[in-house]
Amino acid sequence: MQITVTLNGRRCTDEVAPDMTLYSYLRQKGCYSVKCGCETSSCGLCTVHFDGKPVLSCSMLAVRADGHSVTTLEGVEQEALEFGKFLADEGGEQCGFCSPGFIMNVLAMVKELPDPTDEQIKHYLAGNLCRCTGYQSHLRAIKKYLAAKQKEAVR
Amino acid sequence: MFSAQQYVKATSLQQALELNQKRSSAILGGGCWMRLGKKNYATLIDLSGLGLDTIEETPEEIVLGAMVTLRQLETSPVLAAAFGPLFARMTEHIVGVQFRNCATLGGSVVSRFGFSDIITGLLALDCEVELVQKGRVSLADYVQMPYDRDVLARVILKKNGRRAWYESFRNTETDLPVLNCAVSCLNGSARVVVGARPARAVMQEFGQMPSEQRLQEMLDKTEFGSNMRAGAEYRRQLAGVLCRRAIEQVKGDAECR
Repeated sequence: MQITVTLNGRRCTDEVAPDMTLYSYLRQKGCYSVKCGCETSSCGLCTVHFDGKPVLSCSMLAVRADGHSVTTLEGVEQEALEFGKFLADEGGEQCGFCSPGFIMNVLAMVKELPDPTDEQIKHYLAGNLCRCTGYQSHLRAIKKYLAAKQKEAVR
Repeated sequence: MFSAQQYVKATSLQQALELNQKRSSAILGGGCWMRLGKKNYATLIDLSGLGLDTIEETPEEIVLGAMVTLRQLETSPVLAAAFGPLFARMTEHIVGVQFRNCATLGGSVVSRFGFSDIITGLLALDCEVELVQKGRVSLADYVQMPYDRDVLARVILKKNGRRAWYESFRNTETDLPVLNCAVSCLNGSARVVVGARPARAVMQEFGQMPSEQRLQEMLDKTEFGSNMRAGAEYRRQLAGVLCRRAIEQVKGDAECR
């Protein structure tokens, strides 16, 4: 099947099998930030933005992306780097395997909830498992990142 | 992961129904559950091009397309205005936001899983499903029907002022529920639904909000089972606690006193 996807802002037309997952397609296109961690639709490592919304690329078929826009970590390098610094400063990064999916979901959350409470943050990120550095360092990093962004906005 | 030879983006519900008559065909919902299987499908039928991803309101009803995602149910202002926090409560613990942006209402309803949060919550309302072949069927009847080759197009909720509350218990956040329940009331009469027993949800109507004794009678008659998440006796205890909590919530609503 032929699909045309706007991948990280670039139009791509490719031939895909009817049962190919979006995850496999993205890896094939060289987006190696996208990982499959659990094989049970639950860990969030494969999170990408589909028309701006976070989805599990492991559960979605590539054919579904035809005519849609898909963004991976490779497409939001600047924002990822910015948040990644806060993550590193709080010791929220070890092997980094779960980070791309986590960062993609954080960036989606920031767009959807401009001023989230701790509870809202925890709730929005509940579908991101792994996180070997613990959940507290992530929460601290997100709160400092949000505070810095707000400060920037005021300026 | 499943495999598939052919993918068809249906151009009409009738076409989807025709294609789905073969046992080797399947309707593709969000794919979250399907990917856990290893089946080999000849044809995958996609309903995503039929405009079934909307929540529409008429004076009497709310019409939900089969391709509406669980996240849409969770965040819909229309559903929140009609039923308060019911839809947010019955969806918010289902895995994560990313999962709920994929998983569909149609997939959840057609599957009729015993553990389903969606089925338990919807049963508390006056809900019908619209099947392409059989037309409108009440959800209460639909959950009893055997799986067949019909296609679910929409879920319809009556906007009759019914008040409802939803409770669930999980061993850990994002896991399947150990038990769930929903209680609703309309014009003084009440309905109690208990699901994830772990078998399919059961429901009972009451002429008025059930007293402690009437609730106990219902639960005594209800079968509970054991699985890796909990034992039958633990579920029975939980059912009592969660139903009482839900009853208190519904009673707190001015319309239901």
